[in-house]
Amino acid sequence: MNIVRGILMRRETGIALMILLLCLAVGLYKPQFLTMNQLRVIMLLVPLVMIVAMGQMLVLVARHVDLSVGSMLGLSAMLTGMMFRDLPQIPWGVGFIVAIGTGALLGLANGALVTIFKLPAIIVTLGTLNLYRGLTFIVSDARQVDRQFVPSAVKAMSQTSPIFGIPWIIFMALGVVLATYWFTLHTRVGRQIFALGSNPSAAALRGVKVNQITLLVFSISGALSGLAGIMYASRWGFVNPSNTGAGFEFQVIAAVVIGGVSINGGVGTVPGVMLGVLLLGCVAAALPLLGIPGTAQGAIYGAIILIALLIDRSVRQQGIASLKWMRA
Amino acid sequence: MQEVTPARPLWHVILVRPETMTFVLLIAAVVVASQLSPYFLDISYILRSFTLSAEFAIVALVLTMVIIAGEIDLSPAANMALSACLFAWAQASGIPMPVAIGIGLLAGLAMGALNAFMVIALQLPSIIVTIGTLTLFRGLAQIIAGDKSIRVPDWFIGIDKILVFGIPMPVVIFVLAAFVLGLILAGTIFGRQIYQVGTNEVAARYAGIRTRRIKLVLFLLMGLVAAVAGMMTASRLGSVRYDLGLGGELQMVLMAMLGGTYIFGGRGTILGTFLAAWLLVVVSTGMTVANLLPAIQLTVLGVLLIVAIIATNFIYSRTQR
Amino acid sequence: MLKKSLIALATGLALSTGAFAQDKIDIVFIGKNTGNPYFDSLTKGFVEACQKIACNFEFVAPATAEATSQIPFIEAQIQRGVDVIAISPNSPDALNQVFDSAREQGILVMTVNGDITGNESHRDLTILPTDFTKVGADQVEMVGSLIGYEGEIAILSATTEAPDQNFWIEGMKEALKDPKYSKMTLVATVYGDDQPEKSTTEMEALLSNYPDLKGVIAPTTVGVAAAAQVVQSRGIAEQVKVTGLGLPSEMRDFVKDGTVEAFQLWSPYNEGWLAAHFAVDLKAGKAKNEVGSTFEVPNLGTITINEGNSINTQSALTTFNAQNIDEFDF
Repeated sequence: MNIVRGILMRRETGIALMILLLCLAVGLYKPQFLTMNQLRVIMLLVPLVMIVAMGQMLVLVARHVDLSVGSMLGLSAMLTGMMFRDLPQIPWGVGFIVAIGTGALLGLANGALVTIFKLPAIIVTLGTLNLYRGLTFIVSDARQVDRQFVPSAVKAMSQTSPIFGIPWIIFMALGVVLATYWFTLHTRVGRQIFALGSNPSAAALRGVKVNQITLLVFSISGALSGLAGIMYASRWGFVNPSNTGAGFEFQVIAAVVIGGVSINGGVGTVPGVMLGVLLLGCVAAALPLLGIPGTAQGAIYGAIILIALLIDRSVRQQGIASLKWMRA
Repeated sequence: MQEVTPARPLWHVILVRPETMTFVLLIAAVVVASQLSPYFLDISYILRSFTLSAEFAIVALVLTMVIIAGEIDLSPAANMALSACLFAWAQASGIPMPVAIGIGLLAGLAMGALNAFMVIALQLPSIIVTIGTLTLFRGLAQIIAGDKSIRVPDWFIGIDKILVFGIPMPVVIFVLAAFVLGLILAGTIFGRQIYQVGTNEVAARYAGIRTRRIKLVLFLLMGLVAAVAGMMTASRLGSVRYDLGLGGELQMVLMAMLGGTYIFGGRGTILGTFLAAWLLVVVSTGMTVANLLPAIQLTVLGVLLIVAIIATNFIYSRTQR
Repeated sequence: MLKKSLIALATGLALSTGAFAQDKIDIVFIGKNTGNPYFDSLTKGFVEACQKIACNFEFVAPATAEATSQIPFIEAQIQRGVDVIAISPNSPDALNQVFDSAREQGILVMTVNGDITGNESHRDLTILPTDFTKVGADQVEMVGSLIGYEGEIAILSATTEAPDQNFWIEGMKEALKDPKYSKMTLVATVYGDDQPEKSTTEMEALLSNYPDLKGVIAPTTVGVAAAAQVVQSRGIAEQVKVTGLGLPSEMRDFVKDGTVEAFQLWSPYNEGWLAAHFAVDLKAGKAKNEVGSTFEVPNLGTITINEGNSINTQSALTTFNAQNIDEFDF
């Protein structure tokens, strides 16, 4: 009985239920929503958000936030794309190193500003959001990397499949999810992130190296944004200085918050975030099928964030209650 | 803990202030901009350019007070769009002008009240709440106006063309608003209480300050002023679209930060934001008239924001009051 | 002033091909936003024209294509005292006031590649790439020829209120009344907002909602590339024919691998080329901005100013296919 209750009380169950209800409701109205083709559409829609959301989750768990993910994605994708265009003799696999490396460096810079100067991450990353986007324009001379310059092997990752007709990029996203899952549950450093987020001063007293952990989570967030950058080039076939990754931070933060990660740090699970991303993916795929105009999408995202906050609050209140109980 | 700090000399008190930094930056920016382009140094041009940011600057003044009280509001630019869309939509569907203006202002107040409710009553962090309402307000404006622009009547157009002693009206309003809000913040009990709420909310509450009421007043004022700013923008442009003021929240936060408002609350002045608004206009106008890539502007704005908070943090850590 | 014209005269004589004893006019083109590949080609037309005739050219553009983002740039150009502002407007009416102040200063304001429909009195002239009244019919004929004039078709457009696209869609609906197309039915018009992600999900939804779909017209460069990408990744190029208005640089791969058989556009280059020539001729008194008057442009021949002070750079759309796509470098 307790096990059943435990499962029902879990945040993940709630999101899974919401996904199920949404799919059934849309499917009743539009049966073609419940087909393999539609599953494919959703599956191709989510990998980029999924990968970046994993990094964002770690940052939020550590009690910070990273608003610059979209710009890091854009800058990494642009540098990779320019390498493909201007140095075609370099093997395309090197693109991964360039993209992930660029992202990691940019993330490290965020982390350094936060730790060295003791600045709030939200303002630092609001600044680098603009700074990195500006740099993207400057390095590219405000010019797009066209489709013909992205190697066909890179584009093929979104289309060809190693097994079951499932494209490579989905497996890559899955790999990142599994790695994050293992990292958070089965490594010392992973658990320390949670300790740091739930109580920074106590964590420092218990020997958690606060600065190193902070640098690490920002670098991971950057590296994963970089990986998503080269995947953008794969999925869409071009890199544009103004579009690529623009506004991505809202999707990612919405997905992560829906997935049950607390903005107050210390709380969050990989399955929860994964389901949060899937829920948003289902919504995004269902809207055009239902003929809801794109103009309504912004309002729907905003409402979803606020609702997730309200749910988060009820969870948090229990946390506060238990704190009081501990003091007494 | 009981570290004895010697009284600081007067020059130190005056010079080591964030506002001084802003002022020095402003002078430097004027010098650089006039070097970049021979067309820059023209008072009437600078004033005209200021009118393009005047609406944001007016909102930034109130935002400064909100940040001093320890909260933040990222939704005012979206609020401007939604209240302006409601106002334009109302008057376009035949509702008399005064009523339409009333609808716009009420909508602004209601949006401020929604933020206040979620932050004060539900105790949610204002930064995330207002990221949510920012998306929501902008989305609602898009639902109301679609992708169309709504015209406003001819007599309503052109607030920026009204000159008072040669100064465009929006600039006059900004200066007056800065004067009034500056007096309130620096010279009234209410103003002092705002600082106390931001410095230590719990202590302020024990000292008998109605912290919730103060925050409520600030959020409501924010909503109202944003609505006014939205309508001023409508008058300047002659039409309203859902993307009015898009991305303005960054400029507003930038003005407050550059003016030395402390992001964790408790410190900051209206004078600082006032100077920072001019600094920002000089920087962007200087770069635009020199035909520099807008990318360079984005980069400079990002760097400015980071440098400003580093400097402010540094100055405040050196000058414990 | 005298010294300046003397120098100009001296250089003019020295080069013998350059301008006469006349100052070069300053032309600025304000694009919708930076990083938009469409404007690279248009700008090139201006640049190469100004290498040959008496003008100085600069290109500026805001970072985003939001309605008001061009205003500071126009103000700055007024302050710089340029002679001509050419602009692809981001809004049909938010720029009226600032256009008026530019024209009060004697600046020639021309809209290029898109007009401020309904507010034409606030600009001097518009240069449109082709006769917009024929675009709809041309596109319907294009898709008809691809699907054998039979079956369901759909339109994937830009934003719901995009004035040019809506005008062309009206033209398509009008053209479909022709008995020649009686076996073709337009089943849906959807909007991808000119974003690749959104255009892709809209295209996927079209394919799910209308399994018998035979053809898709996407009269926008972002939309047609996104639609082609969907068809390519589903491997259904035989069943669903995608066409529309696209940039050769973005469509080349799809044409070469057979995903797209043919699509259409005009030459953005010629718009810039023509705009620069007209501005210079007008300032030199060789052309008049009057309906019905004509002037000569190298490579393009005689150009007539049409009703509403509008000029078209070419009379019909250019069709791109596997045979000719490599001839175009934009």
